Amino acid sequence: MKSAEEIFNLLKEKYNDGVKELVKQPIDAYITCDPLLINVISLFLMTHEDLLFDNLMILSGVDDANGKTVLVDGLKTIEGGTLSVYYHLESTKLRHKIVLRVSAPRENPEVESVSLIWHSADWHEREAFDLFGIKFLNHPDLRRILMPDDWEGHPLRKDYANPEFYLGIKVPY
Amino acid sequence: MGILDKQFDDNFIVTSVDDLFNWARLSSLWQLGFGLACCAIEMMATSASHYDFDRFGVIPRPSPRQADIIIISGTVTFKMAIRIKRLYEQMPDPKYIISMGSCSNCGGPYWEHGYHVVKGIDRVIPVDVYVPGCPPRPEALLEGLLKLQEKVRNESIVKKTA
Repeated sequence: MKSAEEIFNLLKEKYNDGVKELVKQPIDAYITCDPLLINVISLFLMTHEDLLFDNLMILSGVDDANGKTVLVDGLKTIEGGTLSVYYHLESTKLRHKIVLRVSAPRENPEVESVSLIWHSADWHEREAFDLFGIKFLNHPDLRRILMPDDWEGHPLRKDYANPEFYLGIKVPY
Repeated sequence: MGILDKQFDDNFIVTSVDDLFNWARLSSLWQLGFGLACCAIEMMATSASHYDFDRFGVIPRPSPRQADIIIISGTVTFKMAIRIKRLYEQMPDPKYIISMGSCSNCGGPYWEHGYHVVKGIDRVIPVDVYVPGCPPRPEALLEGLLKLQEKVRNESIVKKTA
């Protein structure tokens, strides 16, 4: 069993710039990482004999909404800032947990897929892509999972605006 | 009893075509076996022995081609609305729709922030009876069915009423 500091030190030693900081919180401390190295870091976390993170409990997308709010055609739009992905990991053998976080720029949110490392990530990444528009590089089948295939936009982004009509059905109340 | 009734021997009933057709239709409203959300649980409870939908002639059918009514029992998403429209179009006339619960009546709790919810199934297909509730109790659904039977009873095959 390893504490968050020990896990962070192991990662920092191995990946140096790819691992940024350890953010301490009352319950889940999280480690921020490089979105384009997350697949390599994940493989290390899963295979290292002192870590053995064999279970990705959940992968979630988050709109940090930390950019500037501007008006484009009368609609509030966020420019700049980041979209994030959180990974909640658990080792069922060593019984420790850790949270990883990667942040990608809002205009081109590209994150490496971890679905080949933990297969449970497959649909979670599709969900994050569907609702936040985060592109997971090297994902085997990245398409919408909840919304219809012809839906436009990503509904859980903070600046998402409902369309007036969808296939001739009025959308607003 | 009119004079006509006395013209025949026993076991003859004189009635109008409208009355006969309406009586047959309202007594065997076969429903499409179709549920969407928590309202569907109440609908299933209504079908079960305690409330016994069958005593009004309501039997769930697995195919839209054998169904007379469709009970929209739950939250209708845009993705599902397309499928519901298609099911409805596959049903033979005369066909009826009961909208069950707040979600399919008007969007319910998703009315403002539900980007994925159709704010009322009547934006997609024509509804005959709205049953309010979240979800409605089986008694409410039975009442909705009785209202629909009332509507069918007053229909005419020569005059279009709906």
